[in-house]
Amino acid sequence: MEITLNHYLVLSTILFAIGLIGVMRRKNLLMLFFATEILLNSVNIGFAAISHYYGDLTGQMFAFFIIAIAASEVAVGLGLLVLWYKRNGSIDLDMMSTMKG
Amino acid sequence: MEMYLYIALFAPIVGSLFAALFGAQPKTPIVGYVTSALIFTSLVASTVLLGAVMDGEIVHVELMTWIAAGDFYVPFGFQVDQVTVIMMMVVTLVSTIVHVYSIGYMDHDKGYNRFFSYLSAFVFSMMVLVMSDNLLGLFIGWEGVGVCSWLLIGFWYHKESATWAANEAFIMNRIADLAMLIGIFLTYWSMGSVQYDVIFAEAQYIDHSTLVTIGIFLFIGAMGKSAQFPLHTWLADAMEGPTPVSALIHAATMVTAGVYLVIRCAPMYDLMPEVGYFIASLGAFVAMFAATMALVNRDLKRIIAYSTLSQLGYMFVAAGLGAYWVALFHLMAHAFFKALLFLGAGNVMHAMDSELDPVKMGGLFKVMKVTAILMIIASVALAGIWPLAGFFSKDKILEVAFSGEHYILWGTLWVTAGLTAFYSFRLIMLTFFGEERYKNFGFHPHEAYKYMLYAMSPLAVLAVIAGWFEHQFVDFVTQMLPTFEFHTHHVEMILILVTSAIALGGIITAIVMYRNGPLSTKWESQFAYKVLINQYYIPQIYEKFLVQPYRELSDIFWKQIDMKIVDASVDAIATTFYNTGEATRGMQSGNLSTMLKWMVAGLVILLTLAVAFSVGYIAIIG
Repeated sequence: MEITLNHYLVLSTILFAIGLIGVMRRKNLLMLFFATEILLNSVNIGFAAISHYYGDLTGQMFAFFIIAIAASEVAVGLGLLVLWYKRNGSIDLDMMSTMKG
Repeated sequence: MEMYLYIALFAPIVGSLFAALFGAQPKTPIVGYVTSALIFTSLVASTVLLGAVMDGEIVHVELMTWIAAGDFYVPFGFQVDQVTVIMMMVVTLVSTIVHVYSIGYMDHDKGYNRFFSYLSAFVFSMMVLVMSDNLLGLFIGWEGVGVCSWLLIGFWYHKESATWAANEAFIMNRIADLAMLIGIFLTYWSMGSVQYDVIFAEAQYIDHSTLVTIGIFLFIGAMGKSAQFPLHTWLADAMEGPTPVSALIHAATMVTAGVYLVIRCAPMYDLMPEVGYFIASLGAFVAMFAATMALVNRDLKRIIAYSTLSQLGYMFVAAGLGAYWVALFHLMAHAFFKALLFLGAGNVMHAMDSELDPVKMGGLFKVMKVTAILMIIASVALAGIWPLAGFFSKDKILEVAFSGEHYILWGTLWVTAGLTAFYSFRLIMLTFFGEERYKNFGFHPHEAYKYMLYAMSPLAVLAVIAGWFEHQFVDFVTQMLPTFEFHTHHVEMILILVTSAIALGGIITAIVMYRNGPLSTKWESQFAYKVLINQYYIPQIYEKFLVQPYRELSDIFWKQIDMKIVDASVDAIATTFYNTGEATRGMQSGNLSTMLKWMVAGLVILLTLAVAFSVGYIAIIG
């Protein structure tokens, strides 16, 4: 069976759904980061596949940008996470409610 | 010459602003002197302009652009021509005298500074009104004098009756001003401009019915300002204001603005004699109508106010029949003797502790000789006895009516001339002669300050001599206004004799009837007296058939429409937002996980909408 664009897009959608469910369900901040990564990379798959399909490099370039941004996001995010853990001893989302009005 | 124009125009407003600086303070004598000096400056500048216009120069300036939108262009333009300069002279002269007089009259008033501020502001507005070179500028002055009149009638605002009278005057004028505004709109709509020179040149080319509509609407505006029937009731009530105000605004200047408008629009009204005839008929009716009310009134100032109303009627007869210069002539003469009469009444009021009922006076001649003589001069002039000012101007109006073969108008005016003489001398007799009734009421009258009397004397001189310059006046203003052909040369002397006879007859009747003080109270129960003293029941009719229903209608609108519909819908919108907020505040739990869920929910909704709309869009386009 030949692998067509649709297969890539279906994969991308499935990954996006997994990521979205992870964002909603997970209570551990670290797991939330993983879920975010899955979301971003599902999009990257979509970009790369469509870019290849149209023979236009723009999509792939955009995917690289997203990878770079994701990396920096994780770097900053993990730093904050470590700091938070040192201060509070927990990275449970439900405990982070100091902004509650 | 431009400089003199600007000085004449702006000196009063400088005075007004200067006085306003001291507005909240108790009496500051310098305010009276400065404002009077500035009005005098304006008078001097107007005199210089009069000289220039006499030499044939017409001063026309554009201060700056006022409105420029597309084809619609209105500048702040001012023009001094023959008619304007006459009005300027009248306004500034009477204003100067009234200002000086007011220094004495308002001597003990707490609102001294405020009074001068308003009075000078009025003079400025009046100058704008007469000097503007377009209808819209005139309208600004028109509204300005209206506001100042409101401020000054209600000057003693702690008095209920004064505020009521001020509001009445303002609202009546508002009704008329709406019509005037429509007239101005129509002028622009049909002729494409509001500049006098353009519209007067254009007027003959436009549709006659449109022109008549414009003429009628502008005249309704004039009716309000000049207190013509049926918008006349405010003028008598306006006597609640201080007497110098009555002299300046409600006798000499503002109320004549309506006549000025008709004179100014002479080229337009010349094209529609049917409207002119209506104006003349209304004028004649008002002349008689007001004179009859003055016959029985027992209020010094109201008698003079009705007399003003009556004389305004005379002016409208002349203006309506096309004798514009005669109307302007009577306007000028009337301004002098009527202002004098009012200022004299002010002296009497001062002497009598603000008592206005002449029945409670009598025999004041002994204590107030100068005032009495000045008022007698003014009354003789008003009655139209040779050789005083009123004789020349009023006689000309009667001649105009006779010349146009309008015998009914002539007859009405002729009878009114007799009534005028009668009520003027009834007033004089009751106030100054006969038994000294004021002693029974415990008054201690005294003559006014010397300088107030000196201030009045120029008016007395003018009331005597103004008529002697008739020929120069005619030559001067007919350079601009149309001349009037009199067809009465064969009967001229007879007309003069007949008119003088009825005027003298009126005077003699009054003197004989009132030589022993007021008449017996027996005839006060008669029907005619009751009708007249109640002003033909017109105020009551207005109250019952206009004010009351309007009030009830307003009540309905307030309670049914405003509160139940407008207010309710506004409140409903507010409560909806409030309740929505109350219901959804649970979303803001502060929990990150919950917020993320809401974010996803929002994303899903937006995506769904985006897809739905794009599908729908394609379906429509496709």
